[in-house]
Amino acid sequence: MNDSVLLLSLASAIVIGTPILLAGLGEMMTEHSGVMNLGVEGMMLGGGVVGFWMSSQHSSVALSLAVGAGVGALFALIHAYLAVTLRVNQIVSGLALVITGTGFAGFVGSSNDSALIYARPQSFLEPVFGESMQDLPLVGPLVFGHDWVVYMSWGLVAAAAFWLFRTRAGLAVRSVGEDPASADTVGISVGLTRYVYTMIGGAGAGMGGTYLMTQIFATYQHGITAGLGWIAFALVTFAGWRPWRALVAAYVFGALRNLGFTLQILGASVPSDVLNALPFVLTIVALIIISARPAAARKYSAPSALAVPYSRETR
Amino acid sequence: MTDESTPAASTAEPATVQASGGEPHDAARLNAITKSFFGVPANDRVDFDLRWGEIHALLGENGAGKSTLCSVLAGLYHPDSGEIHLDGERVDLASPQQALEHGVGMVYQHFRLVDRFTVAENLALGHPETGFVTSRRSLERQVAELGRRYGLEVSPKAAIWQLSVGEQQRVEILKLLYRGVRILILDEPTAVLTPQEAQSLFATMRAMAADGQAIIFVSHKLDEVLEVSDRVTVLRDGERVGSVETAEADPATLARMMVGRDLATPDRTRATAGGAALSVRGLFADGDRGLEALRDVDLEVRESQIVGVAGVAGNGQRELAEVITGLRRSKRGQIFLGDVDITRASTLQRIKMGLGFVPEDRMRTGMAGGLPLASNLALKAYRQPPLSKGPVVSQKAVEERARSLEKQFDIRGVRWAMPTSLLSGGNIQRAILARELSAGPRVLVAAAPTRGLDVAAIDAIRQILLDERDAGTAILMISEDLEEILDLSDEIVVLYEGRIMGRLDPDEASPEVLGMLMAGRTVDATPETAKDTA
Repeated sequence: MNDSVLLLSLASAIVIGTPILLAGLGEMMTEHSGVMNLGVEGMMLGGGVVGFWMSSQHSSVALSLAVGAGVGALFALIHAYLAVTLRVNQIVSGLALVITGTGFAGFVGSSNDSALIYARPQSFLEPVFGESMQDLPLVGPLVFGHDWVVYMSWGLVAAAAFWLFRTRAGLAVRSVGEDPASADTVGISVGLTRYVYTMIGGAGAGMGGTYLMTQIFATYQHGITAGLGWIAFALVTFAGWRPWRALVAAYVFGALRNLGFTLQILGASVPSDVLNALPFVLTIVALIIISARPAAARKYSAPSALAVPYSRETR
Repeated sequence: MTDESTPAASTAEPATVQASGGEPHDAARLNAITKSFFGVPANDRVDFDLRWGEIHALLGENGAGKSTLCSVLAGLYHPDSGEIHLDGERVDLASPQQALEHGVGMVYQHFRLVDRFTVAENLALGHPETGFVTSRRSLERQVAELGRRYGLEVSPKAAIWQLSVGEQQRVEILKLLYRGVRILILDEPTAVLTPQEAQSLFATMRAMAADGQAIIFVSHKLDEVLEVSDRVTVLRDGERVGSVETAEADPATLARMMVGRDLATPDRTRATAGGAALSVRGLFADGDRGLEALRDVDLEVRESQIVGVAGVAGNGQRELAEVITGLRRSKRGQIFLGDVDITRASTLQRIKMGLGFVPEDRMRTGMAGGLPLASNLALKAYRQPPLSKGPVVSQKAVEERARSLEKQFDIRGVRWAMPTSLLSGGNIQRAILARELSAGPRVLVAAAPTRGLDVAAIDAIRQILLDERDAGTAILMISEDLEEILDLSDEIVVLYEGRIMGRLDPDEASPEVLGMLMAGRTVDATPETAKDTA
């Protein structure tokens, strides 16, 4: 029973959904502070390529993920400086980050001495739980068949939900995203908060990119993320800025990603372009459904000050 | 990670001590406070004292310095000179946070609440004793308890956007009480409230005063001041006129204290008014908050006539201008330009029919600040030749027209391609008048035409308006400046809470009568004493 096509594709939806979840969760934190960073795709590539390089040099997966996260955060720092300090248009700055990250990955990946294209990670993660657990019907492959990064991502979802909605720090960051002037009057530093959360977003993207390259594809290719960063960006909206919904949404998007293979195995043929567009179509449908109910629209809508630069003088 | 050490709400403990009489110190004492903005004093050596357990009203016109004085006490402005004593101790308040630490808090006219947060979350935000983990339940319990005690009942779980304005105001007060505020400043709190909400606010204020707290109540409404306050201090032109016990005060004296400056009646030339150019009949409209802002307004402006609309800001003036110009929908009533009903006409149709508008907020609605002046001056005329031929606008014609208007209206400081927002206020206002008047309007609605301008610019603008009237234009002039109303108007109407309180001939209008009307008192007969005040 655990060999059924459906179950296997659901299990692999969780795997492919994990980098989407990591990057999307990060972007969600960023957006709760009122900063919109369109550069997720670039940060995944830029952070991921360095994380991948690390994995070819050292056997610690944790170290590669940390390095990827760090580099992603540095890319996000560029966006924070442009968007928060210089108050440039966040759409333009985010798109510039996509181009920068993609270019950086291409440059690092193709330079002769690194030859990352031929490199391989030194180690791969094994499932955390033993064979007996993995053989359990249904929950075996779905719940117990994963490596520790998947479980960590579940932990991060719980932590993000608690942090954002149950702690003083979460209240502060949400007030910065909702109404920076009010936050400022009660002594919360709008600029610092936005820098920190923008970098958290970059770290999530860098870590997601690293996981994708080292553990899922185990190889680096130019443009290997193939739009996953954009899906992660859409995920934030699809999930209504709520961490637990992001968890579900990431696996839904992951399943859509796999749908092509599944359908092929089952003998149906659907153009891949249609399948690739589905996450975005789904996001639009979700927005339409949500906006039809005003109370829900209010609850699950973007932070009010999203992508609005804050300046004390103009309030 | 439990959170038993939740923030202490303002307890009655210190307050009751203060209330029990024999307290040697006043709650607050302000000595010779002076605060200037750009060299213009908003407060000039103002003394003010506030006792524990009293509701102290600050009465005065717009620009009398009420808000400035309150902002000084609330730590928002630092005074240029003067001393602040709180409960007998000299303090230096560098920020609103510091004032809060001393127990002084202010409810601003614009609420500072995060819209999508719940009531409880707004209270927790920025509170120094909010634990790392916010304990919703204990917070909500405390909010409910404070609310019951002072009649400030509001559901702690409700999001701010779901609440009415009156409830939002309660949250603002709760927020301050929760911070332990014992000196509460309310800046024009009733301006946004319905009468019922105002009554419930007054009950809260009384409950707090009975608890020994001190309340400053800023208002320009005589009735409210007489109803709720224990003492009144009147400010005028940044100076303290005097303080009286409310029980010993009468409305006429207060009105005279508030308004009674020397109003020299200028030599006024009168044009002979012609036929009706703008008529408003039974007009009703809502304000931004959904409250009724205009109630059954009747008006008529004839050719070669200036009708001045007097009143304290926020009594429906802005809505009146917007409804007439088509920027706001009316609920009931009719508007005529000449004898054509324009109630349902679009703004563009009204412009084409000869309606000009000088808006109150010259930078935001008057001009596109980022565009050069020439483009701004073309904003209404660009639809027709010579400025445009078909879809193409002739830049040359736009520039030429701008230069001739600059000369005609004496607009100075214009450089090529410079954003209009860099011009001075007086020049911007001249430019708006140039644009509106060059279209040759039949009717001009001018809102606060000289607000914030220097003396020379004021004179120039007024002369332009008078000349325009003499040329036959009907002008509806909305102004909070009484002198301006008295100087320019051929007829005066007073707006109060969206209603026309009275119509006056400027030659017979005394500051006292105007002040009473503006503060919402009807004048039964023209008092004989009216002239004495001048």
